[in-house]
Amino acid sequence: MRRLILIAIPYVWLLALFLIPFFIVVKISLSDVALARPPYMPQLDWSAGWEGIRNFFAALDFENFGFLTTDDLYWKAYLSSLQIAGISTLLTLIVGFPIAYGMARAPEHWRPTLMMLVILPFWTSFLIRVYAWMGILSQNGLLNGVLMSLGVIGEPLTILNTDVAVYIGIVYTYLPFMILPIYAALEKLDSSLLEAAEDLGCSRLTAFWLITVPLSKQGVIAGCFLVFIPAVGEFVIPSLLGGSETLMIGKVLYEEFFSNRDWPVASAVAVVLLLILVIPIVLFQRNEQKQREAEG
Amino acid sequence: MPQKIFAPWDDPDETPLIRFQNVSKRFGDFTAIDAIDLEIYAREFFALLGPSGCGKTTLMRMLAGFETPSSGKIFLSGQDIAPVPPNQRAVNMMFQSYALFPHLSVWDNIAFGLRREGRARDEIDARVGEMLKLTRLEKFARRKPHQISGGQRQRVALARSLAKAPKLLLLDEPLGALDKKLREETQFELMDIQETTGTTFVIVTHDQEEAMTVASRVAVMDEGRLIQVATPDRIYEAPASVYVADFIGDVNIIEGKAHQTGDRVQVDWAEGQPALAAKTTRDFSLEQTCYLAIRPEKVAISAEKPSGANVLSGEVLDIAYLGNLSTYHVKLPTGHVIKAQQANTRRIARRPFTWEDKVWVSWTESAAVVLDR
Repeated sequence: MRRLILIAIPYVWLLALFLIPFFIVVKISLSDVALARPPYMPQLDWSAGWEGIRNFFAALDFENFGFLTTDDLYWKAYLSSLQIAGISTLLTLIVGFPIAYGMARAPEHWRPTLMMLVILPFWTSFLIRVYAWMGILSQNGLLNGVLMSLGVIGEPLTILNTDVAVYIGIVYTYLPFMILPIYAALEKLDSSLLEAAEDLGCSRLTAFWLITVPLSKQGVIAGCFLVFIPAVGEFVIPSLLGGSETLMIGKVLYEEFFSNRDWPVASAVAVVLLLILVIPIVLFQRNEQKQREAEG
Repeated sequence: MPQKIFAPWDDPDETPLIRFQNVSKRFGDFTAIDAIDLEIYAREFFALLGPSGCGKTTLMRMLAGFETPSSGKIFLSGQDIAPVPPNQRAVNMMFQSYALFPHLSVWDNIAFGLRREGRARDEIDARVGEMLKLTRLEKFARRKPHQISGGQRQRVALARSLAKAPKLLLLDEPLGALDKKLREETQFELMDIQETTGTTFVIVTHDQEEAMTVASRVAVMDEGRLIQVATPDRIYEAPASVYVADFIGDVNIIEGKAHQTGDRVQVDWAEGQPALAAKTTRDFSLEQTCYLAIRPEKVAISAEKPSGANVLSGEVLDIAYLGNLSTYHVKLPTGHVIKAQQANTRRIARRPFTWEDKVWVSWTESAAVVLDR
């Protein structure tokens, strides 16, 4: 009985805070926009009994999903989001792996401090940190100031409100999510494995490729998903650091909801985004399971 | 035809496979290896024996190439190996943790070194097959290391390190993780494999029984120095110092003052007690402090006073029953405790002595070794 309660708690939580809201969103995505409050119809009319329910379901349709295919803004936004998230994930990996590697190779008494430094940015509000980047990257910001005074550049660089600023923002924000799983994988790696590989004829570099890389693979995969999945739907970073050119689905979603007040289309956009992300999420879970099996 | 005894170290024409020449290794202020000279010959099963922190592992890691000497030179087949990186040495190592690659199957683990040499596929197949057969692992070739037992993992590690047919195989506490029974079996297996392959083995161990069982010669180390390098029987029967005598097996040590006449030494060891007699090849000055080392199994215990060179009376303080043997701790009137060992050839109910019995302990002139330090 106690076990049942223990298991029930997270499931009730998921049901209440994920599944029910999700079905509400799905329902809205099947509705039509209306000048009303809430701004869509049909509304379920309980007083009409069976007739009301039948009318309600009859009025639901996939029109909004059809609409998403008529305007190329949407698929371009999805594609561009996937592309930006993909490139950012790769960049985060390139920056994060050496950091994780350095941490795992650092003397043992240093590691808690290094770990602390990785987690430390979370102590400041995410929004404030993104605003700080605006200050750093803007035309007369910190970065341009330093580079100009050093004489590296003559003209200030335009970084803010470009895709580059979005990449910098995403890499900066999600770096800990990349570092921590890779670090966890590398830290477990027994250094005698590398010595054994060398002893059997590997150079340092081949030992890295044949031993370190495959044994940190699970950590790399976990880190990549943890960055990629939220980055696809990212809204704050592209809207604050990106320019008008930066097309991301998070921004489109925001526009539909708050500017157009077209809740049904916005919901359809959200549902499609979720469907797109289901694939990597399933792959991520399979990876986690594989890892558990390998360790068991 | 009598078999020739394997003893290349006694043959002046033999050139050693490995030669340490005045090798030292320092880590900061700490001297791990202190000016060691050592020669190891081809086909030897050489054991480095000592307590943890004595430098035996450092010595081995220098052979593998993971540490470089702070001073001195190491020669392998007459060639200075200082500039040769570990991946190019004809030396392989079996790690204490086995260091099996967890993401590779048993087969791939064994093939790992061969692949790095870029050998032909069928050649690798044949060699891995041979190794699997040698270590009786054919059935487990496709398993991953975490799917096999500790003893099997140990054999995979051995097969992997032997696959490249190294001139020299280094074994770092190879049996440390196995339980006692399996360890004893594996010791004989190791000896068989060493003999079949004809590879020179250098084993690091802190287990003196293991070293004595497997090795053709044993080097006893302490604090970065070689205390004695000799065959197991010499180490046991003729230890060079009290340290060696005490480290290898059980021993009674009696301190006294030497009075030498020819090859005989009379040792005054306690007020009012007759001097103890022993034979020696060493020279002691008059009244020099010396130590008598007597193995418990060479001490006889009896109820009646025996005749002989060294006879002492005492009282049974303790009996350690080991099944096949019993060790009697006999307390002398001087307070010394002498250990005497007897084989239990009779049933325990018929044991001749019990606690607090008055007994005599005795040993012959040649039983004790006289040591100067």
